Amino acid sequence: MNLVNLLEEIEKVDGDVYERLSPRRKAMKSFFDKGTKIALASVPFALGSMFKKAYGQSTDDIIGVLNFALTLEHLEYCYYERGYRLAPIPEGAAKSAIKTIRDHEKAHVAFLETAIKSVGGTPVKSANYDFTAKGTFPTVFSDYATFLAVAQAFEDTGVRAYKGQAANLISSNPVLTAALQIHSVEARHAAHIRSMRRANSFAMVKPWITGNESGIGAAAQASYDGEELDTQAGIQITNINGKDIPFDSATESFDEPLTKAQVTAIVTPFFA
Amino acid sequence: MEKISLMEHEPVENSGFSKSKLPRRSFLQFTGAGLAGVALLAAGCKKEFGGTETLDTAVDLGSGDVGILNYAYALEQLEAAFYIMVVEKMYASATALEKSYFHDICRHEVAHREFFKNALGANAIPDLEFDFSSIDFGSRDSVLATSKAFEDLGVSAYNGAGQLIESPDYLLLAGKIVSVEARHAASIRDLIENGSFANMEVIDANGLDVVRTPAEVLAIAGTYIVTPINASNLPTS
Repeated sequence: MNLVNLLEEIEKVDGDVYERLSPRRKAMKSFFDKGTKIALASVPFALGSMFKKAYGQSTDDIIGVLNFALTLEHLEYCYYERGYRLAPIPEGAAKSAIKTIRDHEKAHVAFLETAIKSVGGTPVKSANYDFTAKGTFPTVFSDYATFLAVAQAFEDTGVRAYKGQAANLISSNPVLTAALQIHSVEARHAAHIRSMRRANSFAMVKPWITGNESGIGAAAQASYDGEELDTQAGIQITNINGKDIPFDSATESFDEPLTKAQVTAIVTPFFA
Repeated sequence: MEKISLMEHEPVENSGFSKSKLPRRSFLQFTGAGLAGVALLAAGCKKEFGGTETLDTAVDLGSGDVGILNYAYALEQLEAAFYIMVVEKMYASATALEKSYFHDICRHEVAHREFFKNALGANAIPDLEFDFSSIDFGSRDSVLATSKAFEDLGVSAYNGAGQLIESPDYLLLAGKIVSVEARHAASIRDLIENGSFANMEVIDANGLDVVRTPAEVLAIAGTYIVTPINASNLPTS
């Protein structure tokens, strides 16, 4: 199985495939020309975008989603980069965990930048941030508990943000898969940060989101509103089929998405 | 358990567009083809894979989105059955925190299982039979290692299934579940070794989590699933 075979297979049911692809004929030609060096990282995207174009789906939409994701990753990376240096994080396991998370966010930034460029887009740049959120969290880098609380809100918001964009990537398998791969990493981060908060005397915080509780207060509530949903696809989860599933567990079992507008409203105060 | 641990460390298809070492078949699976492309990719792959073993007696997951939902249902059945046993036989050394985690996780997995059962309705596969005889439920190490393997496997399964789903609604549902599985995975990992919530066993240099195809997942899960499963009608892209 190779690309030529693939196109021949497609031609059997879609005789116009080469016509559909003609806007990218040059790109296609380069696929067949073994002497042409295409950056390997860009190949699946380039191929994907050929099909998108051919079948009427928009690469611009996908670049938009990727830049939205990159905007959040810049914010997160900068938060941990500064926090790691400035916040009074206990040496040892805590500091090591923040370093792990920081490095993942840095990797996400680099990965998304590469991905966006590979489809001809322009990656958004890192911005100037105000992690006090205009004074809402004045001790964000001087108080460990506050640092963790804001980290938790960022991670849980990040999970919800990626989830909310998945459907907008459904036409591009490689991009969707990568987004899902980042999404679950953010969820791992969120679980760990929540455990760090529990260990730091917030006993009620679990690794999963119960109801719409943040354990932070009103300032972070927008990141949790909607998580109290206990009906999925019209099916009530609480005590489903007579099983012992209390409401709290029902809400914990499913994480909920946020729209781009909701996420933007949440993070806007953090932009200087 | 040995087997699962070994497989976990094997290289996986982590990214469609950053790995130059991807085998060609994987490369094609990752290309974002349109509808006609999807149908033909499936045809092409079937050809390459050769005749698929079909067991008349096997439980057929089905095709299309129903097939993927049944695939998820099978995995949630496995996880739920496992955690029900864990909670029933709770190892003696379990701390209050560990007990609370397992009670919560058990309820989450049962909720997922029952959700898929109801969502699939008449299309749902029957109850599967499991064999957990290789797990020592009295041993903290055995229970945690198996939990870790199942949760990481679940995350990789949903991450790999996303691109096989056609309906945006089902894709979102899978997304709602996978992040909870990832929270479980991270928490279980931290119980084993604090700080291992997202270590290099599962996160690559691009900061990406593991992806597995249904075939890879079922090969691993098959250690515990007695009921033969026919996954040959699942979508492949």
